[in-house]
Amino acid sequence: MTDSTAPAAPVLTVRDLSVTFRVDGGRSPDVHAVRGLSYDLHRGEVLAIVGESGSGKSVSSMALMGLLPRTATIAGSARLGDIDLLDPHADLEPVRGARIAMIFQDPVGALDPVFTIGYQLDEMLRRHVPGMGRAARRARAVELLQMVELPDPEQRLRFYPHQLSGGQCQRVMIAMALACDPEVLVADEPTTALDVTVQQEVLDVLRRLRARTSAAIVLITHDMGVVADLADRVVVMRHGEAVEQAPVEDLFVRPTAAYTRQLLDAVPRIGTADRVSDADQRERPVLAVQDLVVEYRNQRGRHVRAIDGVTLHVQPGEMLALVGESGSGKSTLGRCALGLAPLTSGTVEVVGVRLGESSRAALRRARTSIGVVFQNPGGSMNPRYTIGQSVGEPLRVHAGLRGAALERRVGALLESVELPASWASRYPHELSGGQRQRVSIARAIALEPALLIADEPTSALDVSVQATVLELFREVQQRFRFACLFISHDLAVVDELADRVAVMHRGKVVEAGDRRSVLQAPEHEYTRRLLAAAPVPDPVEQSARRRRRLAGAA
Amino acid sequence: MTAARLVTRRVVELLVVFVGVSFVIYAMVFALPGDPIAALGGDRPLPANVVAQLREQFHLDEPVWRQYLYWLSALLHGDLGTNFAGQSVADKLALRWPVTITLALTAWLIEVVVGVALGLWAGLRRGRAADKAVLAGTILASSIPVFVVAVSAQLLFGVRLGWFPVAGTAAGWPMSYLLPAACVALFGLASVARLMRGSVIDTLHSDFVRTLRAKGLPRKEIVGVHVMRNSAIPVLTFLAVDLGYLLGGTVVIEGVFNLPGVGNLLFQAIRAHEGPTVVGVSTALILVFLVTNALVDLLHAVLDPRIRHA
Repeated sequence: MTDSTAPAAPVLTVRDLSVTFRVDGGRSPDVHAVRGLSYDLHRGEVLAIVGESGSGKSVSSMALMGLLPRTATIAGSARLGDIDLLDPHADLEPVRGARIAMIFQDPVGALDPVFTIGYQLDEMLRRHVPGMGRAARRARAVELLQMVELPDPEQRLRFYPHQLSGGQCQRVMIAMALACDPEVLVADEPTTALDVTVQQEVLDVLRRLRARTSAAIVLITHDMGVVADLADRVVVMRHGEAVEQAPVEDLFVRPTAAYTRQLLDAVPRIGTADRVSDADQRERPVLAVQDLVVEYRNQRGRHVRAIDGVTLHVQPGEMLALVGESGSGKSTLGRCALGLAPLTSGTVEVVGVRLGESSRAALRRARTSIGVVFQNPGGSMNPRYTIGQSVGEPLRVHAGLRGAALERRVGALLESVELPASWASRYPHELSGGQRQRVSIARAIALEPALLIADEPTSALDVSVQATVLELFREVQQRFRFACLFISHDLAVVDELADRVAVMHRGKVVEAGDRRSVLQAPEHEYTRRLLAAAPVPDPVEQSARRRRRLAGAA
Repeated sequence: MTAARLVTRRVVELLVVFVGVSFVIYAMVFALPGDPIAALGGDRPLPANVVAQLREQFHLDEPVWRQYLYWLSALLHGDLGTNFAGQSVADKLALRWPVTITLALTAWLIEVVVGVALGLWAGLRRGRAADKAVLAGTILASSIPVFVVAVSAQLLFGVRLGWFPVAGTAAGWPMSYLLPAACVALFGLASVARLMRGSVIDTLHSDFVRTLRAKGLPRKEIVGVHVMRNSAIPVLTFLAVDLGYLLGGTVVIEGVFNLPGVGNLLFQAIRAHEGPTVVGVSTALILVFLVTNALVDLLHAVLDPRIRHA
């Protein structure tokens, strides 16, 4: 793990790498995505490049692979053995895939949907190992799939990407990238699109591969937990420049750059927040779900239970976090509370109105007392409305506010989410992701709802932005005293925010209770697995956890 | 879903659509104004007993749905019926079908080959001169009426240059058919080229093309194998519908180039109120349309595994 001190020459030497994008045919100022980045990558080493969106971490690696569009100007050098990857005159096609390979963030999209994974593996070998016969290639493909621990590799060769899960697709991508024993593997956010337990499996695969292949890995990620889990050395990037380079143990314990410290502080951790819930459990709940079942019919006409007998309640002023992985039914439950999903059986009662049984008028009234914040703040706002119009819309429709009164109220709402009231005339595209999510929150609380449903409100945001939005969310909730159903996959975020936690797995609530008891003394096996799978931003703690987990599995 | 189930489902759907559509056409033809039997005699009225006998023979006094059932049961026995002049509709069709099918298929082939090639070419050169030329060309091609194109092409290539026969089918395939087919194909070709262009551009932007580049595959292979197959899937749907349009839309072209196809026959039959012929010809057209659509759907499933397993 610490052979970064090896005296041998580095596998990859990057010097003064700069990438500049010409924007709008040269009419707008150029964007300097990467400025003077230098690093060495040694044999068998995992070098993490960490940064938030726009830091240039992905662009710098795309440049190495020659994947940037024509509008990019690349300067500097990147020596891989005897060749320079950035030399515009060199023939790099035979090098790509064979000596430097890459895996991407969205593994399902990264595979061609209309060819079998066997074909796509075979293609790689056919391209780079000309002398290899058909049978030998097939044997190698099976061996590769075994190496990434995909079950039944022989059969899986005939599968198409859509028949595999996201985690399995990422394993196939890894197998493909390693097919020709490359010297360097570039992994661009390899686990970001995956559920936390799947992420852990893929990280385990990558970790075990280090022992079996000689490839050095460039790991691009925004997740400090992943860095702590896998990296030997870290480059922290901001605004296209490296602000700090350090071995992983030093970086977490003694960060030298102020930005690194800020980044580490922003990462939510379980068990740090100390709060007391003041919600009264005897009051009449704002949201009461009783024995709820939601079934869908899939294309084969079979019934699929998205929600399977869920009972829960949210008290006034209380924040209940609904936690689970994709497909657990947590978002469906949120949609049920909004009256947007058909109920198969059971009841949902929102602010005293029973969905499905009450009149349309009663439902309409009930809806005005529910606010919603979605994951993608850009997609849930009308791009042709100013943010003032977006925030004011519910007030106009439901409260009948007009003119100066409306303007005053919109201004006050924007200020309550710490945006200047004068921004009301701006359009969503002029705002950053975090600012847009503030606008979403302002809109959701415009009618002073009794219940707010927040579906993964911060998971599309960078950590430092997420930290400020979460803080704001907490403040606003305490000020307006609404009940909140907070849907999230991130246990650490939930720990910072929620009063109670309900863990969902395959449509059922497997464990529910006080935040502390669920997250610090989990009773259900699945909750324990979730907690163990989330990597903590601390390399020492993380490797200890890994040892415990692997010892437990053996 | 297994292939067998997919095929069975398609065949059942095909039968339902066939019965429904043929009934609508049947009802429409018999709702046409004027008495077809009276028109048979021209200026001289037919004797009353002959009229009665013909009305009886063609079940004209019974409700439409009964007439339809008679016709349907005859069809099940392989009988497309006779027209009021006593000629077998099947015989007339057998004579005319090959001409129309040859014309339509030739036109379709031109659309597929030229349209897909132009679309691919333009898509790969997005924003450059070649792309703009193709786009302008497609707009021009789809804005000129077929009739104008046909007559001008006939004058230029047939009469002036003498490259192709001016009219008729005497020169056989391909010479007699190429020019009329190209004229019919022009409109669809423009749509195919535009669709393919957009599809290629979308595919080039997809993540998996980036993966293929990262794998070090030569551009020729990325485009020829992966981009082609992925881009063809949306275009295929249009091509299926368009074959139906080509089969039915040849009336004008058959007129201009004097080709004895079913379009011509259908036109004459409608003018003469020959109900059985109209229904027979349209039914045959529907059948061909449905069968080709079913075939294209199956081809769709072959190209796109996501449909096969849906």
